[in-house]
Amino acid sequence: MSRNLVLGGLLTSVFVIAALLSFVWTPDSVEAMNIANRLKPPGAGNLLGTDHFGRDILSMLMVGARTSIAVALVAVGIGMGLGVPLGLAAAARRGGMLDEVIMRMNDLIFAFPSLVIAILITAVFGPSATNAIIAIGIFNIPVFARITRGAALSLWKREFIMAAQVAGKTRTRISAEHILPNVANLLIVQGTIQFSLGILAEAGLSYVGLGAQPPIPSWGRMLAEAQTMVSLAPHVALIPGLTIVAMVLGLNLLGDGLRDALDPRLKVARA
Amino acid sequence: MLGYIVKRLVSLAISLIVASVVIFVVIEVAPGDPASFMLGLNAQPDTVAALRAELGLDQSKVERYLSWVGGMLTGDFGMSYTYRTPVAQMIADRMWVSLPLALYALTLSTFIAFPAGIFAAARRGGPGDLTVTGATQLGVAVPNFWFAMMLVLIFAINLRWFSAGGFPGWDDSFWGGIKALTLPAIALALPQAAILTRVMRSSLLDILGEDFMRTARAKGLTARQALWRHGLRNALIPVLTIIGLQFAFLLAGAIIIEQVFFLPGLGRLIFQAITQRDLIVVESVVMLLVFAVIMVNFLVDLAYAAVDPRLRTRT
Amino acid sequence: MSLLSIENLSLSIHDSPILHGISLRIGEGEITALTGESGSGKSMTAFATMGLLPKGATTSGAIRFDGTNLLTLPEPQLCDLRGREIGMVFQEPMTALNPVQTIGAQVMETILVHKAMKPERAEERTREVLDRVGLPPDRFALSRYPHELSGGQRQRVVIAMAIALRPRLLIADEPTTALDVTTQAQIIELLKGLVREQNMALMMITHDLAVVSDMADTLNVMRHGEIVESGPTADVLREMRHPYTRQLFEASRHQADLGDAKADAPLLSVQNVSRDYPLPRKTLFGPRPTFRAVNHVSFDIRRGERVGLVGESGCGKSTLTRAILGLEPTQLGQITLDGDPVWQGGHPNLTVRRKMQVVFQDPYGSFNPRHRVARLITEPFHLLQDPPKGSARGNAIAEALTAVGLKPEDADRHIHAFSGGQRQRIAIARALIIKPELIVFDEAVSALDVRVRAQILDLMADLSRAYGLTYLFISHDLSVVRSITDRVMVMRAGEIVEDRPTEAIFDAPRHPYTRALMEAAPKLPELPEAQDAPHPAL
Repeated sequence: MSRNLVLGGLLTSVFVIAALLSFVWTPDSVEAMNIANRLKPPGAGNLLGTDHFGRDILSMLMVGARTSIAVALVAVGIGMGLGVPLGLAAAARRGGMLDEVIMRMNDLIFAFPSLVIAILITAVFGPSATNAIIAIGIFNIPVFARITRGAALSLWKREFIMAAQVAGKTRTRISAEHILPNVANLLIVQGTIQFSLGILAEAGLSYVGLGAQPPIPSWGRMLAEAQTMVSLAPHVALIPGLTIVAMVLGLNLLGDGLRDALDPRLKVARA
Repeated sequence: MLGYIVKRLVSLAISLIVASVVIFVVIEVAPGDPASFMLGLNAQPDTVAALRAELGLDQSKVERYLSWVGGMLTGDFGMSYTYRTPVAQMIADRMWVSLPLALYALTLSTFIAFPAGIFAAARRGGPGDLTVTGATQLGVAVPNFWFAMMLVLIFAINLRWFSAGGFPGWDDSFWGGIKALTLPAIALALPQAAILTRVMRSSLLDILGEDFMRTARAKGLTARQALWRHGLRNALIPVLTIIGLQFAFLLAGAIIIEQVFFLPGLGRLIFQAITQRDLIVVESVVMLLVFAVIMVNFLVDLAYAAVDPRLRTRT
Repeated sequence: MSLLSIENLSLSIHDSPILHGISLRIGEGEITALTGESGSGKSMTAFATMGLLPKGATTSGAIRFDGTNLLTLPEPQLCDLRGREIGMVFQEPMTALNPVQTIGAQVMETILVHKAMKPERAEERTREVLDRVGLPPDRFALSRYPHELSGGQRQRVVIAMAIALRPRLLIADEPTTALDVTTQAQIIELLKGLVREQNMALMMITHDLAVVSDMADTLNVMRHGEIVESGPTADVLREMRHPYTRQLFEASRHQADLGDAKADAPLLSVQNVSRDYPLPRKTLFGPRPTFRAVNHVSFDIRRGERVGLVGESGCGKSTLTRAILGLEPTQLGQITLDGDPVWQGGHPNLTVRRKMQVVFQDPYGSFNPRHRVARLITEPFHLLQDPPKGSARGNAIAEALTAVGLKPEDADRHIHAFSGGQRQRIAIARALIIKPELIVFDEAVSALDVRVRAQILDLMADLSRAYGLTYLFISHDLSVVRSITDRVMVMRAGEIVEDRPTEAIFDAPRHPYTRALMEAAPKLPELPEAQDAPHPAL
């Protein structure tokens, strides 16, 4: 096993475990405000210090991890669930009407960055964590559709696929039976990368107030609230920021490690 | 070549039309009547009706779509529901912050990424490569708005080299404007540069394995000459795609970064408009952003044709 | 003194040995051939001479060029030598040229990088040398791009690049392997002419004994990184002191024992079939022009008949194959098997598919790498309404594997455990398992080394005798078709130009194109006494 895989796997599991643990236990309540105890630097009592309301930063980060992971995970699910079948269908009918329509739709969605989608949804329905999920999820669809189509197209040229056609299997069945298993590795690796991008996007959206709303803690909003405090108590901005960096770094390392372990020749898009 | 451009232009036009329909429909779904919203709860029904007529809200949806699009084509983006000033004017003022910021960041990111990517690829596996790869690994993990806050903390609050935010405008001095945009542009550019460096590096490494690179060496080119003369231009093709995609991210990222530095750009405008339910402003700004992204991708397509002769003759 | 002398060269890459004590000499104006099957180390010898070895390669011995040991020469001096004193031509012309640079710029670069001439003179020389390799500047402007040229034309550009500065040694690594037989003959003539004119030494690397037998002065036969036999070509081919040389020679002109032909009722019938492909629009709104890949083709294959279909790349044989297999519809005409149409109501006809199987060219690409042999070869069972289950299925698998010379136990192994030849046997087992009426062999032995090819051809002949197979054997290689078919069809530009019994075609080809193909095909010398001679003592 590569160093990337071990390090990435460790980092990622720390965050996942912390998020799961927060359902049953946090060092302190995330709602109890204690103004007397505000902006305390890291140390005994509050391991990572307190924010401007005197809340325990470590506890907030643990609950915030829940939001981040949930949003990013569901968004990747949406992207894979819709993008992969679309990509498979487009490749199975290469050059046909369906392929053309799917690819043009993809291009169109690429013109709407997730922030713009989030802005549109918020303008209509008001801000919420669901917004963030939908906005990031929609943007993930063309990512998965493209990468699936690209990999599937090169497989369709292979002779074992032609052999399956000669064996009378339908295109749908060949896609499910031969193409999908052979692109699965690629999708797993791309999935980790989209997951990490989802964490970043969710943080950005909650930072500008388009993501999870109070009282649900989220990493992005912790940073937004910390902004005015940054000269008084740098740790309120530093610690959540480094948390995001560590989580994203962990996922990226995991993705790289998986790629090397599964197939060093995989082509993964990073955009 | 001409055929290629025409084909791209047709697809550009179709993208713009579909995008405008999507945006228009989404905004139409929004609950509430802008006229009653503008006049408040106590407004008389006939004043509301008069305002509706003035804003064109009494027309059919198709008519309103056409007049919206027609207006935009002639530079008329309608009236802000909140401020009763032309939206075009509001956008024009703000655009001179957001657009230069995105372009500044794009330039920075390209100027960092190209040398870094080439450097790392040429020294594959060596300490230089490992340093660059490690830095990019960290760079792609950093949220740009947090990075921006850290830049403010270090360079504005502690070192006092830059001001922590605000924008003096371009009228006083060009360099004053540039200086105010420098920290925001760096914050935007560095994470993007990390991505671009990785793409540049891996694209070059792919090309280094191609047969024609071996041919070049057999002609007597040194490894470095072969990289510069034959590798670079071929490696540029995937890099261009990413640059095109990055523009969308930079524009969106600029909106977020503007919040950190209190810059009076499109970001401020749009978030204000969302809170005030000034939907016509939201609609127009979103359309403008999408227009910019689609245009940049069109330019990228043209750049492809300039780089790759196969595209010029094929279609 | 020889221009190039390789002395006791050994090479290993990351500690795995590739070459063991290679020694050979090439004098000016001499053609020396290195031949052997894939993995014999012949290309590595060439790259070692060029100083272009992959990372992690370690060498011992010496490669002396004009007295200088290239193995110890510093990189800058090697760069100076490459392209100026030593030129190289590669196997794959489609990828050997930079796609985004004009051919003129690429040829001129050889001259300019060595600062051999002023730019104006360099351009003049570029025109001269392109003209010399058969690309006259009035038809092939310097501003052309590689993608606008055919494979053979691209190979000429590569040769022009290699000889632009009149190098004293030219290394050609399988320069004609990727080319059609008629193009191959032209490129070989070109190389021979250049050697004569410029008194150049040529190191010719090829797997094809026939190619070198009438061009090389000296022949080196390589196996497993060693030269097993070397000497003047005629002597080597006459004496064949090493058994490996004899095996190669005999496998190259192997004739399988096909048994007698049976001519029964027609099985496959192709009637007046045409297939068009749309091309990109020339004008924006004009009609899409089409390319007719197959043009009014008609023929029958009778039950028990073994038919060959031969043609060069782009002649339409792949398109025709796809139409026969029902992978694509045709625009015109009809293909029927046993009276049933292959394509019916917009869909391939399953009744017909059941009676037809195919064996493809690439032994590495024709299997899903994730599945085991048992699952791979039973894929056609999908076509049966009542596929065998349980022990019947196991028996069918065992029978098919045994028929192709493998063991029933191989069913549980993954495909990557098998060599290229074994994979091609598995592909044949897959084709046999539902006992089809017709098997299509699509370039089924083209990717194999000669000795393996001979074994597979024997297997096909054995199966044909045992099961009374009917097959269509598609190939670009006339000599292979000769040994394995009763009847041959020659295809050119979408049409079948000659369709007669195999022996008749080879004895007296009628169509000028068939004659051209046969003349272009490299031939092994007739050595009857050597063929019958007992094996010399080892």
